This record gives sequence, structure tokens and C-alpha cells, in this order.
Amino acid sequence: MTLEKLIFYVLAAVVLAAAVMVVTRRNPVHSALFLILAFFASSGIWLLAEAEFLAIVLVLVYVGAVMVLFLFVLMMLDIDIAVLRAGFIKMLPLGIVMAIAMAAELILIVGPDNFGLEKYAAPARHAADYSNTEELGSVLYTVYMYPFEIAAVILLVAIIAAIGLTMRRRTDTKFIDPSKQVVIKKGDDRIRMVSMDAEKG
Amino acid sequence: MIALSDYLILGAILFAISVAGIFINRKNVIVLLMCVELMLLAVNINFVAFSHFLQDTAGQVFVFFILTVAAAEAAIGLAILVVLFRSKRSINVEDMDALKG
Repeated sequence: MTLEKLIFYVLAAVVLAAAVMVVTRRNPVHSALFLILAFFASSGIWLLAEAEFLAIVLVLVYVGAVMVLFLFVLMMLDIDIAVLRAGFIKMLPLGIVMAIAMAAELILIVGPDNFGLEKYAAPARHAADYSNTEELGSVLYTVYMYPFEIAAVILLVAIIAAIGLTMRRRTDTKFIDPSKQVVIKKGDDRIRMVSMDAEKG
Repeated sequence: MIALSDYLILGAILFAISVAGIFINRKNVIVLLMCVELMLLAVNINFVAFSHFLQDTAGQVFVFFILTVAAAEAAIGLAILVVLFRSKRSINVEDMDALKG
């Protein structure tokens, strides 16, 4: 077994173990942290497949932004875990049977018989000065220009939607209007004498 | 050498685990969203593997777009979740029956 293969199997085992932890942990915060571990390990696998740019993007965008957003929302909401966990044991056998059946079917198709090294030979490694980012950028800004711009618009829509959904005006907060403070004049505006009963205890 | 089938089997098992996660955690919306992220990761692993073995950057460009859409989806999904929690004080899927479906 070569070192490359050993690294791949270790990373794959970490990804799968982390995925199992994500779906079985009682506390959603632990699930989110294991999801981060899964993203880190799979970014290592992408490095092995010579997708260096995407591996870095996965760590920066997913771990740095999306998962932080997940953790932020998780910790902001006061969630009753016990209610959400009801029925977990009941659905567990069905989930396991489903997963095994689905994995078995998929592996029958994508297994070594159809996609092994005989059918798809491993490509030669690129030279040390090969830049994956450069190659990706050269097609992204030429061939895929329109999809790239649409992706930018999708992100803009996401920003506006997220802000529009969560922004709210509260009517019950007390605040001072600065413009009324400024225009006040000396005299009756400034002070008003009222006579009222002292509050009775 | 790592074969293409190794990557594909990893993606298949990861996808199956996240489908099982949707079955098991069908009450907690946040964990459901995380399972969807895991599914997208499994799909992305397949794209990257094919891109590597076919020596075609189209696969990596597609992964780039999937990451973009997934980030937008997570942001809007979590915003909806926050609004929902504000009005219902719960993120249980079974409490979301206002439409009587």
C-alpha cells in the first residue's frame, strides 16, 4: 500500500466516522462540530485529487462562513433537545436499513468493476509548477462567464433575502428622537410643571 | 494508486449516511439542514473525482457553483429558521402544520 493510498483511506475513514457522528449526536452543537471535521477531512481528499483551489475554498467558505452561521443560529436559539429526540430510537432501524440498502446499490454500480483502475487509469501527476487556481480561473472567466455572473446574483439574492427575513422593527422599545431634542426652545418647551399626587405605596 | 471507484464508493456511503440522518432526525430542522450539507459534500466528492480522472476542469467549475448555491441555501434556510423560531418558539417539524397539509 502506497503512502498516498494510506492517506486517502485514513481521510475517508475520518469523513465517514464524522458523518455518522453528525447524524447520531444528541446535541446539535456536537453535530455541527463533527460536520466541520468532515469538511476538513474531505478537503484533504480533494487535495489528493489535485483540486487544490476547491479544497481551500471548502475550508474558507464552508468552515469559515457556513458552519459559523450554523453554530451562531444553534447557540442563539433555545432548543429543547428532548422533544426533538423523541422517535429517534423508533426510526433508527429503518434509517440503518435504508442506508445499507442504498449504499449497497450504489456500490454495485460505482464499484471497481465499472470504475476501477482498468477502466479509468489514474492520470499522470501534474508538474510542481502547475497551478490549479490559474487553470480554473482561466475557464471561469471565459467559458463560464455567464454562470459565474448568475452565481453572483444568487449570492446577492441570498444576502437580501436573509436580511429581509430576519430584520424587524420593534414597536415596544423606548428611544429619544434626536431631532425633537435639538429643536427645543428656552421657556415652556423645556420644562413643564405638572401637579400630580405622589404615588401611593 | 487510488482508483476512481474509491472516490465514488466514499461518496456513495457518505450520501447513504446522510439519507439515514434525514430519516433518524426528522424532527430537528437544523440537523436536517446539516444532512443536506453532507449530501452536497458527497456529490461534490464525485464531481472532483471525475474531474481528476477525466482531466476536465468542468467538474471543478461545477463544484464551485454548487458551493455558491449551497452557501445561499444555508443562509436563507437559517434565516427562515430564525423567523420561524421567533413566531413558534420551536424548530420541531411537527409544529409546522399551519397550512394543515
